[in-house]
Amino acid sequence: MTTKTKRFLALLLRVIALGATVAAIVIMVTSHDSATVLNLTFEAKYSNTPAFRYFVIAEAVAGGYSVLALLLSFNSLFSRLVLMMDVVIAMLLSSSISAALAIAHVGKKGNSHAGWLPICGQVPNFCDKVTGALIAGFIASILYLLLILYSLHSALAPLFALKP
Amino acid sequence: MALRNGGKTEGEHESVPFSKPKGRWLLLTVRIVAFLATASATIVMALNKETKTLVVATIGSTPITLTLTAKFQHTPAFVFFVIANANASFHNLLMILVEICGNKLDYKGLRLVLVAVFDMMAVVLASAGDGAATFMAELGKRGNSHARWNKICDKFDSYCDRGGWALIASYIGLSLLTLISALSMIRLMKPKPANQPTTIP
Repeated sequence: MTTKTKRFLALLLRVIALGATVAAIVIMVTSHDSATVLNLTFEAKYSNTPAFRYFVIAEAVAGGYSVLALLLSFNSLFSRLVLMMDVVIAMLLSSSISAALAIAHVGKKGNSHAGWLPICGQVPNFCDKVTGALIAGFIASILYLLLILYSLHSALAPLFALKP
Repeated sequence: MALRNGGKTEGEHESVPFSKPKGRWLLLTVRIVAFLATASATIVMALNKETKTLVVATIGSTPITLTLTAKFQHTPAFVFFVIANANASFHNLLMILVEICGNKLDYKGLRLVLVAVFDMMAVVLASAGDGAATFMAELGKRGNSHARWNKICDKFDSYCDRGGWALIASYIGLSLLTLISALSMIRLMKPKPANQPTTIP
């Protein structure tokens, strides 16, 4: 694999991850639904839940970092710094998707031991959109994991040349 | 120390940072502390259980009691937290053993690379476990008025306390794991070339 192919592949991974984070943010922010059951009004927005707010913030940070890293990756001085920051951002993305999935699971299936009823029956549009946003966030997280492994591999390529 | 032509592996180990005794002991100490942190987080959360008996009604003179139990298995987020921290502590233990006993084991110099890769994956896994458990604990502590989910920490306060301690230990383990990952990558990244002419002291 030539250097050009390697850099192109890394760039491609970063662009797709950027697209996934932007998609996750947009879908989550535009998800809201309201339903009236008897005399209770359920209004479901993403900002009601701290986990979803953290998800949006983390995806926004990751998306902004992706843009910065895309600009910085053309300069090989920063490659090690970019690799270390990639690990931090991968950690952030994984914790945010995990938190959002935990709360979304409670919303979908409830928790009978704690007396928490599922809400997806009342606000199905909200639940569908949140599911879409979580899928996009999951794709972004997996792509970042692949990216850090790939960056480590391509940063170590000169090292491998020295081995017998 | 005199002749280094035959021992290419030893030459690399000499010039790589964190392979001199002081650097190695630093890395080993941080790994041991991280292992203790993640192991204690796993154990505290796995043994987290509280039972409360409430009197629901009184018929005549006999009270009808209802026994409620809070266990960590009731919440999938905490189950994932226990599993992720157990994996992270197992990873730490394995890496400690590799550091202590595995100096002779090497395959084309891939040992340091594999250690760095596994460290990165352990960081991502531990952070996922922490994130899920944090927000589930926040939900249990404050409830969610919009979804009509009541808080449970006022009834099961020692369950919540122990969960909080497990979470704090896990965060300490996570930050130490990040440090370890950075150190492993630094160790990989800055070797001097192996065929540098060496002087005999």
